[in-house]
Amino acid sequence: MVEKDPVSRVLYVDLSRKRFWVKERPDLFEKYLGGSGVAIRLLLEECPSGINPFNPKNPIIFAVGRFNAFFPLASKTVAMFKSPHTGNLGESHCGGRTSTAIRLAGYGAIVITGASEIPVYLSIHGDKVSFHDASALWGMGSSYTVGRVIRELEPSAGYRTIIRIGRAGEKLVTYASVIAETYRHFGRLGLGAVFGSKKLKAVVISGKSSIKPENIKLYREVYGEIFEKLTKSPLMRKYHELGTPMNVNPLNLLKGLPTKNLETAFFDKAENISGETFAEKFLGRRLACSHCPVSCIHLAALREPYESEPYFYKTKMISYDYELIYSLGSMLGVYDPSGLLKLIDEVEVLGLDAISTGVVLAWATEAQNKGLIGEKETMGLKFNWGVLKPT
Amino acid sequence: MVVKRLIIVDVDLCVGCQCCMFACNRRFGEAGISKSAIKVISAGGVERGFVVIICRACLNPPCARVCPTGALTARDGGGVVLRMDKCIGCKNCVSACSVNAISWDEENGKPIICTYCGYCVDFCPYGVLKLESISGGGS
Repeated sequence: MVEKDPVSRVLYVDLSRKRFWVKERPDLFEKYLGGSGVAIRLLLEECPSGINPFNPKNPIIFAVGRFNAFFPLASKTVAMFKSPHTGNLGESHCGGRTSTAIRLAGYGAIVITGASEIPVYLSIHGDKVSFHDASALWGMGSSYTVGRVIRELEPSAGYRTIIRIGRAGEKLVTYASVIAETYRHFGRLGLGAVFGSKKLKAVVISGKSSIKPENIKLYREVYGEIFEKLTKSPLMRKYHELGTPMNVNPLNLLKGLPTKNLETAFFDKAENISGETFAEKFLGRRLACSHCPVSCIHLAALREPYESEPYFYKTKMISYDYELIYSLGSMLGVYDPSGLLKLIDEVEVLGLDAISTGVVLAWATEAQNKGLIGEKETMGLKFNWGVLKPT
Repeated sequence: MVVKRLIIVDVDLCVGCQCCMFACNRRFGEAGISKSAIKVISAGGVERGFVVIICRACLNPPCARVCPTGALTARDGGGVVLRMDKCIGCKNCVSACSVNAISWDEENGKPIICTYCGYCVDFCPYGVLKLESISGGGS
């Protein structure tokens, strides 16, 4: 399909020795489409059995496939690692600009092993790989700021991905996330903590290569057909109109909305945190991942007054999806949409996985209510369903 | 003389999918974005929206004025035409363009110049771009 496809190039980075090298791995990319298939083989090769997930030998593997940057909608990168959360397989997928950046940097996969002594961030611009001191970024209060700083430091605006961790990853919280382009995540299973254990604060990737199809006429035709289906048929409508939060109301009616740590699957206040409510009252902007015309990312604009001064406001843009609404909303009995957005924002600031964070808080609330744990275990805080600020 | 040029209908309609860039790049028979004449970058973080950079099709184009070999010439009615065989790759045009609309083809050492073909318009699902007819040059 493609002449001399650079997809079979694998970039290896050793953070301990600050070295990198490229290997041609057609064996992997001819056998598997890419993504998960390739990543799992690389994990098998690189991850010694029985190691602690925070062992420097635990590899971080990013893999893309032949379709990324080639056909629209193929916009995800697969991350594979040993999970510090489960001690088992860690697999997490992320959109943003990750997959087009890796593919056009000329790689099918990136394998990061070892651990740095000092905080570093890695920049990969095509064949140029460099290690940068990230001491000044380590411990920074908000993950948003980390993104802003790196945006100014690095070249290739528009062509790059900036993936980074927040304080949760640095502190090795086992369900810390990795954030890409501010609103997309390798959320699940603690990749952020594996970054943290390697003192790896961020990875910037960009590239300006192209992929040359053998039959350009056929390529344009197939591309056009896919594009037409994605944008003109109803296939993808739900994702770009209300987005995944359109599931809140129907699931609740079916008694399938996770509520109050699953004490029930029906939330009487679901309407308050439904896709319709968020769209009507908060939706401020919609975004897309690179090379995906669907545009399913929904940002709420939350306008908040500063209490210290009259007529002084800030407006924050906060990304919401169904999973965040059930985990930090109905699972906690939270029905105030502004409060839920603030909770989502805090999770983003710290760099946690929103799903696990909500589920942990929901478990703690039920456990406290039933006297299984006290306030000692929650550092003096008393949790209650629907109460956003525990006392 | 009536010619075509690309315009931005409303930049706030842009979701940043960059499908226009991939479309422009396909003109060269390749998948990618580095050979695209149109550029979409975030306005300082995606939460602030996007900047869509296109050739304005100037009536008196600064890029053509600084071309030492006559490779880049003003098009009647506005905009420019590039004659690749005359281009020596001096990059004068890149620095002369005040809106940064000229990208550089690293592979061939030549500027990437919009041809006002409108192929990108067909791949913008949100109506950000439009091809319009102009007579007498860009405003």
